[in-house]
Amino acid sequence: MTEDGIRCDGRRVDQLRNISIKVGVLKNADGSAYIEFGKNKILAGVFGPRDVHPKHMANQDTGILRCRYHMSPFSVTERKNPAPSRREIEISKVLKEALEPALILKDFPRTVIDVFVEVLQADGGSRCAALDAAAVALADAGIPMRDLVSACAAGKVADRIVLDVNNEEDQEGQADMPVAIMPSIGKVTLMQLDGILTPEEYKTCLQTAIGGCRTVYEIQRKALVEKYFESGAQ
Amino acid sequence: MMDIKRRYVIPGDVIATGPLRPEQNVYQEGDRIISTCVGISEIYENAVRVIPLTGVYVPKTNDLVIGKVIGTSPLSWEFDINSCFIGFLPAQDVFGRDYSPTKDELKQRLNIGDLVAARVANFDRSRDPLLTVQDRDLGKIDSGELIDISPSKVPRLIGKRGSMIQTIEMATRAMITIGQNGWVVVSCEDSEGLLKAIEAVKMVDALAHTPNLTERVKSMLGVPEGENNDTIND
Repeated sequence: MTEDGIRCDGRRVDQLRNISIKVGVLKNADGSAYIEFGKNKILAGVFGPRDVHPKHMANQDTGILRCRYHMSPFSVTERKNPAPSRREIEISKVLKEALEPALILKDFPRTVIDVFVEVLQADGGSRCAALDAAAVALADAGIPMRDLVSACAAGKVADRIVLDVNNEEDQEGQADMPVAIMPSIGKVTLMQLDGILTPEEYKTCLQTAIGGCRTVYEIQRKALVEKYFESGAQ
Repeated sequence: MMDIKRRYVIPGDVIATGPLRPEQNVYQEGDRIISTCVGISEIYENAVRVIPLTGVYVPKTNDLVIGKVIGTSPLSWEFDINSCFIGFLPAQDVFGRDYSPTKDELKQRLNIGDLVAARVANFDRSRDPLLTVQDRDLGKIDSGELIDISPSKVPRLIGKRGSMIQTIEMATRAMITIGQNGWVVVSCEDSEGLLKAIEAVKMVDALAHTPNLTERVKSMLGVPEGENNDTIND
């Protein structure tokens, strides 16, 4: 990072990467979204609510949510083994727990909602980007939600708090904090922290990340409005 | 005419605040009423609801649905009703009170793959929907073409006081049965009328959000202007 706070990819410390979201890109899924989050390229597909298989997983009181986060073999510079790795299993669980509070699963007892996230190209912060895409795909599938989920990371690089850490900064940096919020209700659904921060740094970092989430929310919103409302006038 | 306030909403949008009654697809948090899906919000007579633009069919008691037999158990048929729940039609509903599994064969009346117009007799979250065919115009559908449209567009296909469906039926002399679950059966004596009616139904599905749809359907079907003036475009 330079003296005046310009980062390795030319961004300011409080600047997000370029984000674009497209809704409804997969015909066979009930809901889908494609996100480009800087160099991250991620597809999310949602199926359901539908019958649970295997049946013993079904819950009589509520629907259940299953998430699968997967990185394509070609998503990173060296071929990645397509079998689910320890990291992918963790992120699948993290995504599930970050999306669950936003969904009203009680409306669909004995059913399952499947979320499939495929990372086509990874460049740091893919779990946040995956969450953003998955939330939009869930809304596209028409699953009742309390709110969208918007996610964004912040971190500490070269002793400064920066928004939206990319892969290079993640490798070299001192801390990385992915955060997901439900922006309208103002609740946090995901907060992880990898690295060491002082209490003050922690507060700034969290606030920076939440600020980023709100920007992401506007983009998610625009993507949904574009698909559903802009083709026809009211 | 009642004053209805309409707005486009996505999950998490606050539709209104104050003492209003939350109805379909909204929930209340404090005094705010928040949308749970992508759709059009309506505020009328102190109530708030959202008409969804996407999502699966959720059965409601008294809905007319079109189902496809997917299986039998000793005492009932199982139906695919284009929902996340399976519809059940008890054998007694067709054979009468003296039905006996040892004497009667379910498949003689309804076989797998048959289409049936049925009414949802009962549905709550603890059980799958119970169907009945004991009413006028219900029962097995012998002929016709099945069209799959989005369940959220069914009201548009029916139109105000049935205006849209009457227009199509009169112009093509087709018989159209609309299930609330988004399945529509069109049958017609002559093949030209059948094709036209199918085209009209698909057109309504694709252009449901556009204004002046009845007029456009009429011009597609070649109905002279000015006929059936009481149809309303909204």
